[in-house]
Amino acid sequence: MAKLTIEDLKRIKEEVRSATVLREGGFRARINIHMGTCGIAAGARKLMSVVLKEIEEKKINDVMVTTSGCAGLCSREPMATVEILGTPPVKYCDLNEEKMKEIFVHHIVNGEIVEAYALARGSETTY
Amino acid sequence: MKTYRTHLMVCAGTGCVSCGSLNLKDRLESELKDRGLSDEVKVVITGCNGFCAEGPIMVVYPEGIFYKKLTPEDIPFLVEEHFLKGRPVEKFLYTGPALKEKVPLLKDIPFFQHQVLRALRNRGLIDAENIDEYIARDGYAALSKVLSSMKPEEVIQEVKTSGLRGRGGAGFPTGLKWEEGRRYDSSPKYVICNGDEGDPGAFMDRSVLEADPHSVLEGMTICGFALDAHQGHIYVRAEYPLAIHRLNIAIEQAKNYGLLGKDILGSGFDFDISIYPGAGAFVCGESTALMYSLEGKRGMPRIKPPRSTEAGLWGQPTVLNNVETFANVPPILLKGGQWFASLGTEGSKGTKVFALTGTVNNVGLIEVPMGTTLRTIVHDIGGGIPDKREFKAVQIGGPSGACLPTPLLDIEVDFDSLDEAGAMMGSGGLVVMNDSTCMVDTARFFTDFSVDESCGKCVPCRVGMKVMLNILNRIVEGKGAMEDIEILERLGQHIKESSHCGLGKTAPNPVLSTIRYFRKEYEAHIQEKRCPALVCVDLIQFRVDAEKCKMCGLCKKACPMEAITWEKKTPAAIQLEKCVRCRSCIQACKFGAIE
Repeated sequence: MAKLTIEDLKRIKEEVRSATVLREGGFRARINIHMGTCGIAAGARKLMSVVLKEIEEKKINDVMVTTSGCAGLCSREPMATVEILGTPPVKYCDLNEEKMKEIFVHHIVNGEIVEAYALARGSETTY
Repeated sequence: MKTYRTHLMVCAGTGCVSCGSLNLKDRLESELKDRGLSDEVKVVITGCNGFCAEGPIMVVYPEGIFYKKLTPEDIPFLVEEHFLKGRPVEKFLYTGPALKEKVPLLKDIPFFQHQVLRALRNRGLIDAENIDEYIARDGYAALSKVLSSMKPEEVIQEVKTSGLRGRGGAGFPTGLKWEEGRRYDSSPKYVICNGDEGDPGAFMDRSVLEADPHSVLEGMTICGFALDAHQGHIYVRAEYPLAIHRLNIAIEQAKNYGLLGKDILGSGFDFDISIYPGAGAFVCGESTALMYSLEGKRGMPRIKPPRSTEAGLWGQPTVLNNVETFANVPPILLKGGQWFASLGTEGSKGTKVFALTGTVNNVGLIEVPMGTTLRTIVHDIGGGIPDKREFKAVQIGGPSGACLPTPLLDIEVDFDSLDEAGAMMGSGGLVVMNDSTCMVDTARFFTDFSVDESCGKCVPCRVGMKVMLNILNRIVEGKGAMEDIEILERLGQHIKESSHCGLGKTAPNPVLSTIRYFRKEYEAHIQEKRCPALVCVDLIQFRVDAEKCKMCGLCKKACPMEAITWEKKTPAAIQLEKCVRCRSCIQACKFGAIE
């Protein structure tokens, strides 16, 4: 490995920090993907991959990704809850990879709720 | 670096490793792989989390959920429930003394709430064996600032402004020491990090070295720049293999990045660090003895002056600081001395790391602002005394320290207040004692330790401590006389005044402080031939008080010699001819019926 310059040091800091910042808190938004048996069967794990890929590509470091169990509405899975902290969470249902990507760009990045896919405001309690 | 949605921070401090955290990590990784979660959930090995009593520990981010006492068998269930389905598993969550409900989040646990982390700023948050994660948490940013924009004098001024005092025990102002080291114009100069942590029950330095070795390397390099030194040595106990292992990795990584070696960060400044495993003598923690030991000679203190800053290692100007002191340096340079000085008391700035052990619920590693009361430390952070026992004393500062009683619980801990109370900050060992501890025996234990560890160079320490030990032995055997107390006090004072080095100057403290605060116990041993805490076996009658005996038979079960006769509904009795005075019955009896 070549010797670092001060600029290299800053670059490493930014790169690694975006991957480790989730340990420090300070999130702007949270995406909760429902991972009950029903959710997984309906394809929730693919949604997770989409979300993580978006975060990595767009170098976003202030969005928390969590999972939760079955919300009780198994027929509308896969579902995800998106919350811009400080505003009420929004539940989306009947999702697929394209819809998830759309929600990510509009709701998470630009802060606009995608009403076409939205089910309701509000969320079950998780830690 | 790849993005994961969840990071699992598995504690791999010595405490958690010894209760199996590395097996936990292996099991986690294989289970995550089986479930196809390896790309989403990352397992990270960290240094000591601090809450050693609850180990093995795992903290889950981003939520910050704290899991305790996990075993490999728990892992499959945990992975399925939490990391796949997102349901935190309640049975592994923390619940403390006096808490009815489970506390899921680390930040809500009382043990952590009262702490302020500066020296331990990265604890539990980075992989100790990955330099990149240290850099991500502002690591080496202070060094880069120093090398690119500061003069050595400015560095020293900043450290002076911070009011940082040496964390090894004596509390010498760090900035002043650096200034002295810079003043002597002789080359080469040396920077030494003292990691020869020898106090019984102390593990602060070990935890810093294991959890965040780069913070020490960075602090030493900054010190080297301030002094115009180009070589650093870390003298670390050979009994700390994990710390040495992680230091070696850290030095290797720093060299690869050019953060150690020639022309650091293109500044033209050269600095190297080597590790020296200690020879295992307590006295080698004394700075001049340590330097002799580094030179390959017998570790013995020498008379000062000259101070080490003038003529230390190999007779050259040397600055020696403790592990925790160096770990405090980078943030001071990054955020400024004023920032550091904003916390603490008049004479002691910043925070102090303590190893909290003994009879206290939350054994572990803590960092609190200077000026925090002992009560907060023992009762709020430590969670009080287990087994419905009463608090009796807290031993602070190891064999150089003192035992402080209940009335001093409200003392605000800093260098000066402890000094006034006849104690000493020491390196930061805090041993909590309950009412089943005999203070005379405790003083005897520490005196015995100091006698063993005296290097033998000066008479007061070598002979004086031995005489004190003999007197204490007499007292616990019931052969003491009242004038012994006065002799102990007088002799102790002489040893403090006339000894050569820090070891002898402080070795009488345990005896002097217990006489000062627990004189009645000495008197009971001498006049009444009685040990109130029932510890000194020669002063125990081993007789059952029939009125107190509840006839439960626990003592009979506990006795290894079958010396106790007991039937249902009759008080127990001890047959003294069979009794070997092991005290098992006393420990088993819940009613204090054996005297």
